[in-house]
Amino acid sequence: PGPKTDQALHEVLISDVAVHRDKSAFETLFVRFGPRIKGMMLGSGASEDLAEDLMQEVMLTVWRKAALYAPERGSVSTWIFTIARNARIDRIRRQPVQPYIDVETVSIACDAPSAEAEMITGQHGEMVRDAIDQLPLEQKTVIEMAFIQFMPQSEIAQKLGLPIGTVKSRTRLAYKKLKENLEELR
Amino acid sequence: MSIHHHLDDASLMRYATGDLDPAFAVVVASHLAMCEDCRHAVHLAEAVGGDCLEHAPAAALSNGSFERLSRMIDADGDTDAVPAARHRLAANAGGDVPLPLQNLIGQSLDDLPWRRVVPGVQRHRIEMADTNGSLFLLKIGSGRKIPEHGHGGTEMTLILRGSYHDEMGRFAKGDIADLDEHVEHQPLVDSDEPCICLVATEEPTRFKGVVSRLMQPLVGI
Ligand SMILES: [Zn+2]
Ligand SMILES: [Zn+2]
Repeated sequence: PGPKTDQALHEVLISDVAVHRDKSAFETLFVRFGPRIKGMMLGSGASEDLAEDLMQEVMLTVWRKAALYAPERGSVSTWIFTIARNARIDRIRRQPVQPYIDVETVSIACDAPSAEAEMITGQHGEMVRDAIDQLPLEQKTVIEMAFIQFMPQSEIAQKLGLPIGTVKSRTRLAYKKLKENLEELR
Repeated sequence: MSIHHHLDDASLMRYATGDLDPAFAVVVASHLAMCEDCRHAVHLAEAVGGDCLEHAPAAALSNGSFERLSRMIDADGDTDAVPAARHRLAANAGGDVPLPLQNLIGQSLDDLPWRRVVPGVQRHRIEMADTNGSLFLLKIGSGRKIPEHGHGGTEMTLILRGSYHDEMGRFAKGDIADLDEHVEHQPLVDSDEPCICLVATEEPTRFKGVVSRLMQPLVGI
């Protein structure tokens, strides 16, 4: 019997990539995440070529840095999300993503596993989805625009015809609620 | 280090999605480097991103996409990932200067080419590409007051040394004032040593009153 959840499966795959440089494990991850990474990049306004290219770059980083993935710091999908975010920033700005890398460096060097990380890793990955699903629709919309399409706050405001202050306060409320929901679900 | 003033939740979320202006990203990252609480908070926001990735719409990949990547990997040879232990040194070096700032100013706050803007106040500007705001360090003498000012846009101030207090409380090393445009305040430095802080502003801060206009060069373009 194999791993029970997607999350546990992803962890096994990434560890096979890290330890054994296992290409078929990597291909399984590629098939799982590649199309979604590309989907996010297209959603954020990238052209077909750029989205494909960014997706390839993200997956290449996954291959190269697989050994840096640490399950106690979050799920595989979370880790890949941050790689995708960084790749996108790197591409649209001349200012590199060094601040993000520095924070990760400090985090790896100094942080004890947090209650939050424990609660959202392991068998409990689906809890994050439950927590998001429990948000009021207007908050969920803002969160998904920001995270699935990397949409800037100013653009979300424009798209929804709302003042930017309202988008900000919905984001704040959503974050607070997510935290509460996760604590309740624990 | 006990930190009392943290990032606004909306800023955490913007950091997590990569939506911050580069100047603000440096201030946020510098606070994160000093604040374990906010690092955990960002991880939570990133977990939302992880879940959104799992549920993002799947796009069709171009023909031979995996084969192309596979060839890149083969060309790669055996590039092993950096062991985590190597990071420890970098993370702890620099004393007063958090890691994300070290890349921009080095490891010392004292050897900077500070420029006096008004008596008791010195500034060091940090040049950045792609920003709509400005990023600078301020060194304000003990007992000095910054005139009351409203903000033309958001403003983030991270204390690196010394302390000040204003309408919102006392700010010491590691504290961040993450303020939106509606805030007006008048910080007074209450530490014996000068207060050094890292500031990002979206637009030049507007000072009130004639005398205060003399302070415009403090944050102005
Ligand atoms: Zn904090
Ligand atoms: Zn201010």
